[in-house]
Amino acid sequence: MNIARSVEIWVGLFVAAGFAAMLGLAMHVSNIPLFQTVDGYDVQLRFNNIGGLRERAPVTMSGVQIGRVKAIELDPRSFDAVVTVTIRRDFNEIPEDTGASIYTSGLLGEQYIALDPGGLDFFLEDGDEITLTQSALVLERLIGRFLTSMGDGGDDD
Amino acid sequence: MTDFFSRIGRSTLGTLARLGRASVFLWHALVGLPGLILRPGLVVAQIYSIGVLSLIIIVVSGTFVGAVLALQGYNTLVNFGAQDSLGVLVALSLLRELGPVVTALLFAGRAGSALTAEIGLMKTTEQLSSMEMMAVDPMRRVVAPRLLAGFISMPLLAAIFSFLGIMGAYVVGVGALGLDEGPFWGQMQSAVDFRDDVMNGVIKSLVFGFVASWIAVYEGFDAEPTSEGVSRATTRTVVHTSLAVLGLDFVLTALMFG
Repeated sequence: MNIARSVEIWVGLFVAAGFAAMLGLAMHVSNIPLFQTVDGYDVQLRFNNIGGLRERAPVTMSGVQIGRVKAIELDPRSFDAVVTVTIRRDFNEIPEDTGASIYTSGLLGEQYIALDPGGLDFFLEDGDEITLTQSALVLERLIGRFLTSMGDGGDDD
Repeated sequence: MTDFFSRIGRSTLGTLARLGRASVFLWHALVGLPGLILRPGLVVAQIYSIGVLSLIIIVVSGTFVGAVLALQGYNTLVNFGAQDSLGVLVALSLLRELGPVVTALLFAGRAGSALTAEIGLMKTTEQLSSMEMMAVDPMRRVVAPRLLAGFISMPLLAAIFSFLGIMGAYVVGVGALGLDEGPFWGQMQSAVDFRDDVMNGVIKSLVFGFVASWIAVYEGFDAEPTSEGVSRATTRTVVHTSLAVLGLDFVLTALMFG
C-alpha cells in the first residue's frame, strides 16, 4: 500500500505549519519564560509601597527596557517592599546613586519601574541595593489627599 | 403512569449501554494504536483527509474571527481609551477559548461527520465484515489510524487558527484602525503567559481532538447499517461532539483558570 507522494508532502506541510504556528505563538505572542532567562545581574530596590507592581514587570531607563522584576518580597522588620530586578548584562555601567520610581503606563496600564541615572563614577553590581526610590502612586490615596485638601479649602471661604 | 417511567428507564438504560459500548470500543481502538508504528502510512493518509483538507475552513475562519474580534474590541475599548489593549484582548480570547473551541466545532462539522459517514458506509456495504473474514482487524486497520490522526491534527489546526486570528487582528487593528504597532505586540507579550495561556490552550485542543475523533469513529462504527442509519449517525456525531466540546470546555476552563 503506497500512498501518493503528494499526500505525504501535504501532510508534511500541514504538520510543519502547525508547529510553526505554535512556535509563533510561543515566541511572538507570549514571552516564553523557559527560554527567556535574562543574562544579567540582580539589584534590590526598597520601596515604601509598590502599588500594583507584579513580577516580570519591565524595568526601564529613559523609556528603554533594560530588565525585568524578578521577585517581590516584604522586609519583615522595616515593612518595606524589597523588589529584586534583573538588569541586562550590557547595561553594567549604571551609577550607584541611581533612583527608581514606579510608574503606570497609560491611565490604567501595567506598572513598571523607571530608573533615573545618577552621576557617581561607581557602578551598580550584583547584589547592590538602591534606596533612592519613589513609591507607586496609589489612586485611592491620591483621591483621599485631594478630598482632604478640598475640605480644607472649603473651610477658608 | 408506568408507561412514563418505563420510557425514562428505557432511555436511561439505552444511554448507559451506548456509553458502555463506546468505552469498550475505545479500549479496543487504543489497543490497536501501538501496531500503527509499523504502518505509519495509514496515519499519514488519515491526517491528509482529516487535517490537511480541513485547513481551508480553519484558515479562513481563523483570520476572520480575529479580524471581527479586533473590530468589535476596538469599538468598545476606544470608549475607555484602552485601545492599546486590543492585542491582549484578541490574543487571550483566541488562545484560551476561541481557538480550541471553534476549531473543535468546525472539526466536528468538516472532519467528524466525514469520518462517521465513511465508517458507517463501510459497515453498511459490509466492508468491515469482509475485513474480518480476511482476518484483518477493522479496529486496527480502520479505527485506530483515524483516532490517532484526529488526535494529532486538532492541536495543529487550533494553533494555526489562533495564530492566523492574531494576524487578522493585527491587520485590522494596526493596518485599518491605525493603532500603534508597539503597544499592540508589547502589551500582548507582557500579558500572555506561555504556560498559562498557550499551553493550556494546547491541552484543551488535545482533549477536544481526542473526544471529537472518538465520537466520530464510534458513531460510524455503531451506526445502523442502512442509509437512514448512517445519516442519523452523522447528525449525532456533529450534535454530540459540539455538546461534548462545549461542556468539556467549561470544565477545563474551571480547572485551568478557576
